[in-house]
Amino acid sequence: MSELQLKKKDITGFIFINLTRLLFLFLLAVLALVLAKIIIEGIGIISPEFIFSSPKNNMTEGGIFPAIFGTVAVTFIMILLSLPLGVSSAIYLNEYAKDTFFTRIIRTAVNNLAGVPSIVFGLFGLGFFILFLGRKMDEVLQTGLLFGQPAIIWASATLAVLVLPIIIVSTLEALNSVPKSHRDASYGLGATKWQTIKNVVLPQARPGILTGTILAISRGAGETAPVLFLGAAFFLPNLPVVDLCIGNYCIPMINPGEQFMYLAYHIFILATQSSNPTKTLPIQYGSTLVLITLTFLLNITAIIFRYRFRKILGRL
Amino acid sequence: MEKELNNQQNSLTENETKNHHQTYDSPFSRRIKKSTRVKESIIKYFFVLNGTAALIFIILIFIFLFKEGFKAVEHIGLVDFIYHSRLLDDGTFKRVFEWYPTSEDARYSLVPLILGTLLTSIPATIISTFFGVGAGIYLSEIANPKAKEILKPIIELFAGIPTVVLGFIMLVVGASFFNDLFNPTNRLNAFIAAIGLSFVVIPVIASLTEDALHSIPNDLRMASYGMGATKWQTISRVILPAAFSGVSASILLGFGRAVGETMIVLMAAGNAANISTNIFQSVRTMTATIAAEMGEVSQGSDHYYSLFFIGIVLFSITFLLNLIAEIIINKMRKKNTF
Repeated sequence: MSELQLKKKDITGFIFINLTRLLFLFLLAVLALVLAKIIIEGIGIISPEFIFSSPKNNMTEGGIFPAIFGTVAVTFIMILLSLPLGVSSAIYLNEYAKDTFFTRIIRTAVNNLAGVPSIVFGLFGLGFFILFLGRKMDEVLQTGLLFGQPAIIWASATLAVLVLPIIIVSTLEALNSVPKSHRDASYGLGATKWQTIKNVVLPQARPGILTGTILAISRGAGETAPVLFLGAAFFLPNLPVVDLCIGNYCIPMINPGEQFMYLAYHIFILATQSSNPTKTLPIQYGSTLVLITLTFLLNITAIIFRYRFRKILGRL
Repeated sequence: MEKELNNQQNSLTENETKNHHQTYDSPFSRRIKKSTRVKESIIKYFFVLNGTAALIFIILIFIFLFKEGFKAVEHIGLVDFIYHSRLLDDGTFKRVFEWYPTSEDARYSLVPLILGTLLTSIPATIISTFFGVGAGIYLSEIANPKAKEILKPIIELFAGIPTVVLGFIMLVVGASFFNDLFNPTNRLNAFIAAIGLSFVVIPVIASLTEDALHSIPNDLRMASYGMGATKWQTISRVILPAAFSGVSASILLGFGRAVGETMIVLMAAGNAANISTNIFQSVRTMTATIAAEMGEVSQGSDHYYSLFFIGIVLFSITFLLNLIAEIIINKMRKKNTF
């Protein structure tokens, strides 16, 4: 039977195969339309002034710099908290743990943590970090109401728990892809387990860990629901910055005890809760364009990193 | 103590120079310096401690949701989360299913909220199953490998769009677009939210379906082709049935995502706690209720605790869905490794 005859007989197959193709094209088209709409409506307002100035006139004019700064500050502290924890957690699971009932429970916990709704993380951050940990710290340190209120540090800590599974899973994948023969060679040269992990396994897994880190930052920057009641503010006149002075030298630092503006939250309140949503529509589109550019750039970087990483591994 | 260790090390280095082939520190030999052994085990326990982080956080989430949420059960009562008995003028009681926690005669029925969640997440899951499974089949079985290398990352980018952006787009563009098409009861309604949710759920289902299909051994395809089956016959009668459990797990996980999604429903579902099965009416979901009311409620009030109770309900639903999906996926993995 020739190819042609086969095709003729299988009309349903022809229809369905092209249907899935059409479905996929339709998805791509919708995605492209959404992106095009955001870019067309948002590009007009984007200027250095929009990005580097503060909102003015009850947020109906001006830029979004405090929101960008807040997003960077929160995700920066988030990754400081979550990267060491996630990477060492993955090291335990991949290098030290045997396949026991206990480690299987931990793996299930990692998967389940990834599926917890983001708003529940918000509740958890409020109940655990602010009202329990923060208030207890105030009690012990006699600081009045310093820690027990919404602030950058608690938002970062909560987001750190939220992105923990992303970092653990991608680190696990990276560690898992380091061939066992490399570890054996290291042991054979007389290295201890920790020396092997530090000098042989981790350097090879670095691109994979970096991929996870970038994905985690992009996820954290895009989340809105958890920070809703963890210190995201409608408008702040000053940046959450404090001068850290040693002697005469002062360096401006992120103040983790203050509230913050958040790009994703900024879009939400401008679109739903500001006094004049139609007037601020260009600002909303502009902020959306900035946010989506940020997350896309991060995601594309991560994808390229992983692609190269896998390619290198494929050659081994 | 330090001196002793130093002495030991010195003597060991002396030994090393004498017969160095005996002093290799491999983790399997007993000839390891005590200091090294102590250091190694400290490092090991450090990693064990960190390794349990995910488990600890899951337990902490459990504890702190239940700690606050159970106060709501104590103060309000479990029955009042289902219906509120209102005394009518003629002395009889009428059951009201309303979420009205701020009124003087506060009503805490979760029924409208659960209905709202189902009315947005079920249509979203149905739409996403259609598109997601289709896209998964296309990626795994039909697209040529080169196209796949570009298309798979695009699906990932799709999944990386922040939900607040999707909510915003549905609010300003989607709502008007579908209003012209369907003329719904309310401008913002469950259907608009469901479309928005599909943007989140489709990538989940598509990539997990692709994984499930991809994990089917190639032998099955070859055997099917060998018996004269066409491509579509192979996909529909061999591959899909073999991957059935994986595909259904992906749909469950997608449904879990839809139930737990906050920003899209908060911005696009209209936020009116209606009891209705009309998809073109405004609804209010559990997630949106927490998000909208937590900021304004006074801490320690019944209303505050009841929001945590909603959190428990949400957490339990998604936890169960995830657990079932994971069990299915694990079983599938065992079955597919020959």
